Amino acid sequence: MKFAVVVFPGSNCDHDAYHAAKHVLGQEAEFVWHKETSLGGADVVILPGGFSHGDYLRTGAIARFSPVMTSVTEFARAGGPVLGICNGFQILLEAGLLPGAMLRNRDLKFHCEHVRVRVEQANTPFTSGAAVGRILSLPIAHGEGNYFADPETIQLLESTGRIVFRYCDENGTPTDAANPNGAMNNIAGICNDARNVVGLMPHPERACERVLGSADGLVLFESAVSAVTAHGALHTATA
Amino acid sequence: MSAIDTALLERHGLTRDEYDRIVAALHREPTLTELGIFSVVWSEHCSYKSSRIHLRKLPTTGARVLQGPGENAGAVDIGDGLAAVFKIESHNHPSFIEPYQGAATGVGGIIRDIFTMGARPIALMNSLRFGALDGRDGARTRRIVEGVVAGIAGYGNSIGIPTVGGEITFDDSYAANPLVNVFCLGIARADALVKGSAAGSGNPVYYVGAKTGRDGIHGATMASAEFDEKSSEKRPAVQVGDPFMEKLLLEACLELMRTDALIGVQDMGAAGLTCSTSEMGSRGGSGIEIDVSRVPQRETGMTAYEIMLSESQERMLLVVKKGREAEVEAIFEKWDLHAANIGDVMTDGILRVKDKGAVVAEIPNSALVDAAPVYDRPTARPAYLDRVATIDPAALGSGAPPDHTFAALLSSPTIASKRWVYRQYDHMVRTNTLVLAGMGAGVVRVKGTDRALAMSTDGSGRYTYLNPRRGAMLALAEAARNVACAGALPIGATNCLNFGNPERPEIMWQFVEAVEGLAEACRALDIPITGGNVSLYNETDGQAIYPTPIIGVVGVIDDASTTLSRTFKQRDDEIVVLGENLGELGGSEYLRTMHGLVQGQPPALDLAKERALISCLVRAAGERLLQSAHDCSDGGLAVTLAECAFDTGGIGLDIDVKGVGSLQQTLFGESASRAVVSIRPEHFGRVLTLAAELGVAAVKVGRTGGSRIRIAVDGVRTIDSSVEEAERVWTSALGRYFAGRAA
Repeated sequence: MKFAVVVFPGSNCDHDAYHAAKHVLGQEAEFVWHKETSLGGADVVILPGGFSHGDYLRTGAIARFSPVMTSVTEFARAGGPVLGICNGFQILLEAGLLPGAMLRNRDLKFHCEHVRVRVEQANTPFTSGAAVGRILSLPIAHGEGNYFADPETIQLLESTGRIVFRYCDENGTPTDAANPNGAMNNIAGICNDARNVVGLMPHPERACERVLGSADGLVLFESAVSAVTAHGALHTATA
Repeated sequence: MSAIDTALLERHGLTRDEYDRIVAALHREPTLTELGIFSVVWSEHCSYKSSRIHLRKLPTTGARVLQGPGENAGAVDIGDGLAAVFKIESHNHPSFIEPYQGAATGVGGIIRDIFTMGARPIALMNSLRFGALDGRDGARTRRIVEGVVAGIAGYGNSIGIPTVGGEITFDDSYAANPLVNVFCLGIARADALVKGSAAGSGNPVYYVGAKTGRDGIHGATMASAEFDEKSSEKRPAVQVGDPFMEKLLLEACLELMRTDALIGVQDMGAAGLTCSTSEMGSRGGSGIEIDVSRVPQRETGMTAYEIMLSESQERMLLVVKKGREAEVEAIFEKWDLHAANIGDVMTDGILRVKDKGAVVAEIPNSALVDAAPVYDRPTARPAYLDRVATIDPAALGSGAPPDHTFAALLSSPTIASKRWVYRQYDHMVRTNTLVLAGMGAGVVRVKGTDRALAMSTDGSGRYTYLNPRRGAMLALAEAARNVACAGALPIGATNCLNFGNPERPEIMWQFVEAVEGLAEACRALDIPITGGNVSLYNETDGQAIYPTPIIGVVGVIDDASTTLSRTFKQRDDEIVVLGENLGELGGSEYLRTMHGLVQGQPPALDLAKERALISCLVRAAGERLLQSAHDCSDGGLAVTLAECAFDTGGIGLDIDVKGVGSLQQTLFGESASRAVVSIRPEHFGRVLTLAAELGVAAVKVGRTGGSRIRIAVDGVRTIDSSVEEAERVWTSALGRYFAGRAA
């Protein structure tokens, strides 16, 4: 199966996602330049982290107009698994594939450190291999990860089980002290209504090898492989 | 050109004598544009006119050296057909005037130096010096710290190169002249290093990147003068960084370098278009002719003078093969960059600048480069040295109780955890970081090989102030030792020499002593200098900073899985001190923090012992005999031991050491050539044997265990603190000085 890693100008975790998919998981992986209109027959699409277009104007605001986003949207609408990591999550928000917005971290500082997140939902293609309640140690690296949405949207996300990851302490409790950026309801990651599009601020691709301090992020990639394998080529993007 | 009078020369930072030299070299008076070009090329910052004759004393060759000083960065062979390309540079003056942009553009500049060599940058570090956070200028210093850290973070995070380490010292010597030294390391194929030279008559010269504006005009001249109360008026001479533009340039240039269409490339750093055109022509033994009207401009009505002297950021000058223009332009178009053909390579060895076809400057390389002034400035041993040479024993008294001193040192900003800082730096992007920031030397793996590279930047202004020669030697020794503590063999170094006004004989004496000391240490430790930077005129209102040589050392770990960090790994491991404690308090953090004194001689340095210690650490790490290793430096043995226990989840230690002089000397003395290692009991004997073979003193002082830091001297318990409490003090000290949530 094949991962497509979309490269926007200013993406800088593209190589890391590619490395995780290709060299750690041993799957096929391909970079897709943002000016392309085809996803090259990929089974899973990753929008990587970085500072697309310098994050000038607003994070992800310009990237959503890239030609490739039309294909990504079609792929997502057809049920294809899409993972937005950090800036990729921000792009998904701007593109309307996920609801809500990002504010600056509440202390107005960039944070790079390992945090804990609790898996809240296992019924997405990126968490199917993780038990609900499992605590993952994942790095964050962002200045704008303070998830915000209107009360109705938050209510909807909560009631429909679309909050996929929550910042938590070592016991799995979503405390304020464990919330690194002030995100509402400790939200670290969410999915769309169809559950095939997942966005999260932490970087699972940076936590796929023990030598880097944590291999907890592997479960997202492994889940995607299982999900695609189970569905056969059902959602393969058109070449 | 009778308009060239003394006032005009002064504005250009040129002396009358230098002007006469220009006239002699040109055989005529220069035009205003030519005068501007000479002024920046001959500035201290670009020409090294005061330091050049002394820098020649540094050893710059070795079996692994692929590129020594003279190009955009140095390079060493790391095996597997790869080269580590690295350099350190200062951005001191701009960072004082405009901390965020000054620091950000410093990062941008050093990154360009690395990818210009054909290397993909994979790690950044920085050495920072600020005034005391609670000193006389504390409020201003805190603002500068916040700006500098945010600027480094803003640029490095955005471009996606991890800031894997660094170090920070706070001392009022730097209150009005902070130091921002930035280091970058990249990886290139050893046989594909790119040079910054122009060759091949008729080959087109391209300009690519940001448009040229009026920002930064005379930046190099500013960096070659002292500060005074009018310095804030120089704000327009500080440039504004655009990391997104640089990211595009980086990717596009690396893509271009994978073709064979490129002849040479040079970034436009200090003195922009002027230095890049003259240096590329000079290195290639050719001339360059450009027309400034073809240079992309951000503002209207810019003169040739302004275009040649602008220091707008994120710009590159390239020479490509004639006939390959379309291919080159297509690569830049892909990245939404416009490559402008602004001229051609010529055979005549002349830098010729035209404006809409009319010649406005015509300078032979020989006049600009060969005729450049080189000064052997007078030196005089400073009188203060005698005043500070010895520690006044009466000033010390009997000293505070050791546990009190221990806590005070842990919360001293220089020693305290820098988590508040490095948490703002993305230190993990590119998924190579094997030792996370704050856990020891910076270590990144080299994907596609078994190897990793370790790097450390160090330097003590206080030591160098007290003894310039030894201070510089200690800086190299500490950086090399830090790298060895990660398990890496040191193979190359880069230096950033930060000093005051070289026109003062006392400053020049410090500089010469330091360079000679550094040269001696490099030879003894077999670590060549592959490049670097000199920053002079670090003075404000006539007050010079401590002379501060910052040395960056790069080491190679053949098997990345043998990498070590500073932290204990488990309870019941043996703790061994390698090296000898001589009980030296001169220049120590203890004297400064507890007594407000900067006195005495810095620790003695026996280079043979240092080399043996480094060998011992590298071999023991390679044989997987060690669990952790940590260099013993600021704060002495007590602080070093505590740091081994921090970030471990509370693994304690129980230690009994032999006293050397007073309790303070034993616990807080900063004797060089020492490291604290922890060892599984089964490997303990082998480590002692290895140390004995290499002539390294090795003393077992205790074991890891429990959750307290217990340190006895000659059987008497002197420090007893829970790891948790000590760690809380150490971790929270720095953040408390700044607004917002503490670390």
